[in-house]
Amino acid sequence: MTSNGSSLPTQLSPPSSRRSILRELFARPASALGTTIFLLFVLLAICGPLLAPYELNQQIYSDARQAPSATHWFGTDNLGRDVFSRVILGARDILTLSGLGTLLAVLSGVTFGLISGYYGGLLDELIMRFFDSLLAMPALLLALLLLGILGPAVSSVMIVIVVVYTPIVARVVRSVVLSVKTKAFVEAARIQGESLWRILFREILPSVLPALAVEASLRFSYAIFLVASLGFLGVGVQPPSPNWGLMVNEARQHVSQLPWALYFPAGAIAIVVIGVNLMADGLKRVWQGGTVGK
Amino acid sequence: MTKYIIRRLGFLALTLLLTSLIVFAVTQLLPGDVARIVLGREAGEEALAAFRETYGLNDPLPVQYVNWLGNFLSGNWGTSISTRTDIFPTVMQRLRNSAMLAVVTLMISVPLAVILGVIAGLNEDKLADNVISIASLAVVGLPEFVTGLVLIELFARRLDWLPANSSIRVDATFAEALPMLILPALTATLVLLAYIARLTRAGVVEELKRPYVRTAILKGLPRRTVIVKHVLRNALLPTITVIAISFGWLISGLIVIENVFNYPGIGRLLVFSIDRRDLPTLQAVTMITVLGFAIANLIADLLYAALNPRIRLD
Repeated sequence: MTSNGSSLPTQLSPPSSRRSILRELFARPASALGTTIFLLFVLLAICGPLLAPYELNQQIYSDARQAPSATHWFGTDNLGRDVFSRVILGARDILTLSGLGTLLAVLSGVTFGLISGYYGGLLDELIMRFFDSLLAMPALLLALLLLGILGPAVSSVMIVIVVVYTPIVARVVRSVVLSVKTKAFVEAARIQGESLWRILFREILPSVLPALAVEASLRFSYAIFLVASLGFLGVGVQPPSPNWGLMVNEARQHVSQLPWALYFPAGAIAIVVIGVNLMADGLKRVWQGGTVGK
Repeated sequence: MTKYIIRRLGFLALTLLLTSLIVFAVTQLLPGDVARIVLGREAGEEALAAFRETYGLNDPLPVQYVNWLGNFLSGNWGTSISTRTDIFPTVMQRLRNSAMLAVVTLMISVPLAVILGVIAGLNEDKLADNVISIASLAVVGLPEFVTGLVLIELFARRLDWLPANSSIRVDATFAEALPMLILPALTATLVLLAYIARLTRAGVVEELKRPYVRTAILKGLPRRTVIVKHVLRNALLPTITVIAISFGWLISGLIVIENVFNYPGIGRLLVFSIDRRDLPTLQAVTMITVLGFAIANLIADLLYAALNPRIRLD
């Protein structure tokens, strides 16, 4: 199939511990930068309300449409809202939505991938053909179709992420399951009469984890991208949410007078997306045991 | 080859059939009464009943599906709920506009990306390669609307070279539209460029490591001949597949970019139909886009098979 090109890293070996993953991420400048950016934004998402000088939707009419200054670092928008505060508070919005969405997509992708790969046969065929036809639509088209039906809301965006990314995750998981399910340790577990649950999650799942970690980090970076794009198109989360894409969309009408209201949220998206991409790329190299992938 | 084409066509038909089922099924998920949503809260019971009768909403689902698909295939796409006009001509006009934008984009991005990828691949891990690789990694992740807005700021506001707004007349000729196409096409190019260049680079790097390259060099062929006659011919084959894969990105990208530049293509119509909850238009746009995507993939696959006889054997 020729859509949503995702590579299938099957020959991966896990590093020994969590600490070594971080150390390896910081060993290369690019992934160190990416990881630092990501951790900074996570920090912003956690402590945002403590750092933001103003409330999310606090409108200071006397200060409306101001250029960046000491009182309003990123200026104010046409409604007199402090852009700096909204950008900071937006970190939580976008990271939780894309993080939670990715997590749910990974969980459902793992479930479908394990079942499909382990059982094989007709069930596998049905699940995979269904996923293939979902993947026959460009990702954003599928997302927009679903949003057109579900209507714009946070929960719709979450459902969209899950539906769009489950097939991709499931495909990766399934390919690993197919390669390990005939191995001796799985045979042994089956002969010993272990429960299906145990075989799937205790015997097979660990082999899937490295490829899954890489895929999950990639999906996460695409999810941020998707959430921001849907916000920009005005079909995702709705005002007055501080979604950066939505902020960019709202600021477009006044861009010639209030460029800062557009460029700061746009810059935030750019930085976080590049950061997470660099980190995902670094993770891929770590799990691939230091060899440079394509 | 004929057998291969027939098999691919059959596969295409199957995929499209499944996709149409999904598009239909998803619209059935719509919470609430379709007639009520379409006609609004004020509609009386008779109007609702009449609407259900006209649109066959009282029929069993499989019958509705077959009717819907039959209507779609015969070009009878119904009337838009928001503009009360025929959907088919509107969609066709928008499709033509999107195709113009896509063609300009591909004409700029494919040669540029292949050249950059080849340069990077031939200079593996040297300065040129590192610059190209890092730049592409940075650009590839940026949402199209961010890149588009940066380009507008640069080329339209600061330099005043190109128009910031691409809202052409819906029936403008290609020549009329061209100046307005450049900035959106450049935006889409940035998205594709990084992607195609990275994979082309990988192809060249891999091919250079093959034993036949060493043999050719050792037997005294000039490096230039080896690269042009042997390495590139093999390395660029997969690039066709890459370009096909990137059609998906291109379509997603163009949906956003058309909205950044207010360009009246299929992507604008799509977002418009979602804003207005115009279901028939949404269905038609989705179906036609999937069809276009599938056909583009088919052409790329056939081209690949024509150039590489080995693929037809399996």
